[in-house]
Amino acid sequence: DGELCSVCPGDTSVLAGLYGPAEAKLSKELPDRAALEVLLRPKVGLPGVLERSREQLLRQTCEAVLLGALHPRTAVSLVLQVLSDAGSLLSCCLNAACMALLDAGLPLAALFCGVTCALQPDGAILLDPTARQEQEARATLTFAIASSDRKVLMATTKGSCSVEEMQQCLAAAQRAASTIFQFYRDSVRRRYSKS
Amino acid sequence: FSICSRTVEPLEYYRRFLKENCRPDGRELGEFRTTTVNIGKCLCSITTADGSALVKLGNTTVICGVKAELAAPAVDSANKGYIVPNVELPSLCAERFRSGPPGEEAQAASQFIADVIENSQMIVKEDLCIANGKLAWVLYCDIICLDYDGNLLDASVFALLAALKNVQLPLVTMNEETGLSEVNLKQKNPLIIRKHPVATSFAIFDDTLLIVDPTAEEEDLATGTVTIVTDEEGRLCSVHKPGGSPLTGAKLQDCITRAITRHKEVKKLIDKVIKSITPK
Repeated sequence: DGELCSVCPGDTSVLAGLYGPAEAKLSKELPDRAALEVLLRPKVGLPGVLERSREQLLRQTCEAVLLGALHPRTAVSLVLQVLSDAGSLLSCCLNAACMALLDAGLPLAALFCGVTCALQPDGAILLDPTARQEQEARATLTFAIASSDRKVLMATTKGSCSVEEMQQCLAAAQRAASTIFQFYRDSVRRRYSKS
Repeated sequence: FSICSRTVEPLEYYRRFLKENCRPDGRELGEFRTTTVNIGKCLCSITTADGSALVKLGNTTVICGVKAELAAPAVDSANKGYIVPNVELPSLCAERFRSGPPGEEAQAASQFIADVIENSQMIVKEDLCIANGKLAWVLYCDIICLDYDGNLLDASVFALLAALKNVQLPLVTMNEETGLSEVNLKQKNPLIIRKHPVATSFAIFDDTLLIVDPTAEEEDLATGTVTIVTDEEGRLCSVHKPGGSPLTGAKLQDCITRAITRHKEVKKLIDKVIKSITPK
């Protein structure tokens, strides 16, 4: 089990709780690997179609790195509660999810981090935009970058952009990923150096 | 040479074909299934809808019905109408879908379609406004899968586009004195569609191979999927990669190039069909 609070620049914060590997319900268990379930709870209101869509993105991203075959017929539950949303929410959820997996000690093939890029109307690329910057942007792209070789695990876009712009955003996200992985390393080091 | 069963070891069975650069149904890795589209009241036979289309991508069959209704616009966007897409995966289309509230796949697909409409700006909400702050059109787009054999997103986007092209909205005027709306059913105008987004889906196999237009069997065996939505100017309306095997930027670029080619084919098909049903 692992519990974590993730704070991204601009006061967006998401609380992640991971439970598992625990016994799975017969209807949900998979014979050869762990069944991962993600629940995303918005700050206000009930989870709707947008939350379900994000849950699917998060779940499949986590499944890609989780070595589920080591824990067959178990269930792993990841619950994310949005505490405040000031932009770049999806990448904050991704970071919280990865750190929760790390903290819980689940076997992972690689780490991942979420990076959001906003394309300004003048063509400039802004990383980790605030809510206002996201609204004013022509397009917002969110990537989940894997730690092993900086490959793209997850990509989702809002608004339209040209192919070159997307590649530029991807390159910028891959560069920014290194900073986030360093932050993971520092956080874990801090946590385990106390005890 | 050992015998490999399709039901007992589906992945090994598939790998045998992939090694020869083809698939069990005879297609190449980059080949799409036969795409057919039927638009309108005569061919599509939804007489109650304002616009309808039936798309078949191989065995995957998706029908889209668009219903236009009148409503008051929201307070904070008084000059905008509404577009409400809804994707349904009833239990008749595949064994895995149970009857009851929409599952995750249907909800994620609905969100995806809403995002495509928004990102591509295929219909500008301001065009749907009739009287600022008082009256606007609401377009309910119901996309129902009748037969699920993989690649739901491509078929849904195509069906939506075809159905919207078929929509004829009656002229509505606001009577200034009475404040009531008057609908003129005799005078109909087609919907203004500004962009034509087309989705192309790929399945990732064994972290390296990309195959286009996956069937349901291929989707189950795949380690990831990517869907690219492009418009006629070659701009990206959506890059949808919901987790799955990691891809390099170069592989993603490869997908985008193929998506742009596919867009041209689909656009030609839609134009041909629209032309054939338009009365001369």
